[in-house]
Amino acid sequence: MSGAKASRLSATAIPAPLLIGAVFVTLMFACAAAPGLLAPYDPVAFDYSALLKPPSFAHPFGADNFGRDILSRTIYATRIDCQIAFFSTLAPLVIGSLVGLAAGYFGGWLDILLGRVIDLVLTFPFLVIVIAIVAVLGPGLVNMYVAVSIVGWVFYARLMRGEVLVQKQLDYVGAARVLGFGSARILFRHILPNAARPLLVYWVTDMALKILLGSSLGYLGLGAQPPEAEWGVLIADGKNFFTQAWWMTFFPGAAIVVAGLGFSLVGDGLADALDVKR
Amino acid sequence: MVPTLLSIGVIVFALTRFLPGGPIAALLGDKATDEAIARITAQYGFDKPLIIQFWKFINLALHGDLGESIAYRMPAMRLIGDRLPVTLTLTGLAVLIALAFAIPLAMVAASHQNRWPDFLIRGLFQIGLSSPIFYVGLLLLTVFAAGWRLFPVGGYGDTLPEKLYHLVLPALTLALSLSAVLMRSLRGAILAIMNAEFVDFARAKGLPPSSVLVRHILRNAVISTVTIVGLHIGELLGGAVITETVFAVPGVGRLMVDSIFARDYPVIQALTLCLALLVSLTFLATDLLHMALDPRIAR
Repeated sequence: MSGAKASRLSATAIPAPLLIGAVFVTLMFACAAAPGLLAPYDPVAFDYSALLKPPSFAHPFGADNFGRDILSRTIYATRIDCQIAFFSTLAPLVIGSLVGLAAGYFGGWLDILLGRVIDLVLTFPFLVIVIAIVAVLGPGLVNMYVAVSIVGWVFYARLMRGEVLVQKQLDYVGAARVLGFGSARILFRHILPNAARPLLVYWVTDMALKILLGSSLGYLGLGAQPPEAEWGVLIADGKNFFTQAWWMTFFPGAAIVVAGLGFSLVGDGLADALDVKR
Repeated sequence: MVPTLLSIGVIVFALTRFLPGGPIAALLGDKATDEAIARITAQYGFDKPLIIQFWKFINLALHGDLGESIAYRMPAMRLIGDRLPVTLTLTGLAVLIALAFAIPLAMVAASHQNRWPDFLIRGLFQIGLSSPIFYVGLLLLTVFAAGWRLFPVGGYGDTLPEKLYHLVLPALTLALSLSAVLMRSLRGAILAIMNAEFVDFARAKGLPPSSVLVRHILRNAVISTVTIVGLHIGELLGGAVITETVFAVPGVGRLMVDSIFARDYPVIQALTLCLALLVSLTFLATDLLHMALDPRIAR
C-alpha cells in the first residue's frame, strides 16, 4: 500500500533538476518575448554619468564603457540567443530526421553513403569545419546558421537511423506491412512517432550546445555582428576592460551558463521522463 | 583510412570553390597581378576539368604543398609546422589536467552515489559543461591574472618553463569540459563495474576496499577513458581555437581565426586539412590502444 503510494508520488512529482531547468528556460523565453517590459533601461542609450560603473541598485549588473546598462543589454541579447538556439537546430533536425528515416528503413546504398558521410564529418573538429565554412561564406548570423546546418544534420541522421533500425524489427511494423500499407505511411505514421522521442531529447540538449557555439562565434566575431546585442558579442565588448570592469564579461557570460544549464537540464529531465537511454 | 583521407581531401578542395571569386582569388587574395594568376592557373590547372584540378591539388598536398600564405608570404605548411607544437602542448597539458581532476572526483562521486558529494561534484561539472570556453578563460584571467597576478594575462615564453607557465591558465580552461565528460563517464563505468561479479568476488576474498577500487575497478574503467579522450580530440582542437584566441597563445587555433579576418584562404584550407588528418590519426591510435588494453576486442 505504502509502496504503491510512494511510486505514484515519484511518478507525478517533478524532479528538482528538471524544475530548475524549466525555470531557467522560461526565464529566457520571457526575456526574449518582452525585453522592453523587463529591462530597466534602453539597451543602447549612452549615459556618460555611468561610465564603467560597478553593479549598484541603479545598475544591478553595472554599466559599460558607454554607460549602457549591462542588465538591459543582457536581457535584450536573449532575443538573438533564443534565435540561435532555434535556427541553428531546426534545419539539422528536419533534414537529419528525413535522411535518417530513409537510410534506416530502406538500407542499401543510401545507408552506406550516410555511414560514409557520418564518418567523414566526425573526422573534422566541429568548430573548425564550421569556422572554415563561415570563413568562406563570410561572418554573420545567417551564414552561421547555414554552416552549422551543413554539418549538424549528420548527428540527427545518425540518431534517427539507429532508432529506425530498432523500430523496424518490431511486430507493429511487420503488422503494418502485412496490412499492405505503403512505405510512406509506415514511415511517417508508424515509425516516426515511435522513433521521435530520442530525437526530441537530443534536440533540446543540442539547443544548449548551439547557444554555447553561437556565443563563441559571436565572441570571435564570426557570428552575430555588433551592434546586434548577443551574449558572446557583449563579452567581446567587455574583454578589453576585464581588468577594470569584470561585470562587463561576468553577467552576460552568466546568462549563457544559465541558458545552457536550463536547456541541458530540461533535456536530461525529458530523457528520464520519456525513458530515453543515452 | 584511405577513403577517409581522400574524402577529407574532397571537402577541403571543395571549400574554396564556393568562394566569390573562386579558388584563384582564394590562393592569391584580391590584389593579384595577371602574371601571378597565369602562374597559379598553370600550377593548379584551373583551366582544366575539375577532376584534373582535384588530382593536382591532392598531388601537391601529398608533397606538403598547400599553397602560400597571403598574409605571411610563406608556405602555409611551414607556418602550420611552426605553430602546431604549441597547440599540441596545450592540448596534451589539458588532457593531463582533465585526467587529474576527473579520476579522483569520479571515484569520490561513485563511492558516495546519490549522497551529497556525488550531487555536488555532478552539479559543478554540469555547470562546467554549460560554460562556454571563452567565458571560463576570461573568468580565470580576471581572477588569477588580473586579480591575484599569479599568471600572465596571455602570450607565450621563450624557454620551456616560461612556455609551460604561460600555458597553465589556457590548459585549465581547455581541460574543464573534457574533465566534465570524463568524470561523468568514469563515474558511470565505476558504478557499472562495482556491481560486477568479479568485484563481489574480490570483496568476498577480503581485499581492502581501496585495493578493490584501484586494482579491479579503476583498471577496467581506464579503457573507456582512453576511448573518450580519443573521441573528444576534435572538440579539444576546436576548444584550442577559442582558448588560444582568448589567451593570445601563438598556436594553430589562433592562426585559424587570424587567417579568417585576413582572408588568408590557403592557410584556412591547409589548417582544416591538417586538423582533420590529426583527428583521424588520433581515432586510429585510439582503436589500436583500445585493442592493446582490452584483449576481448582484439580478436
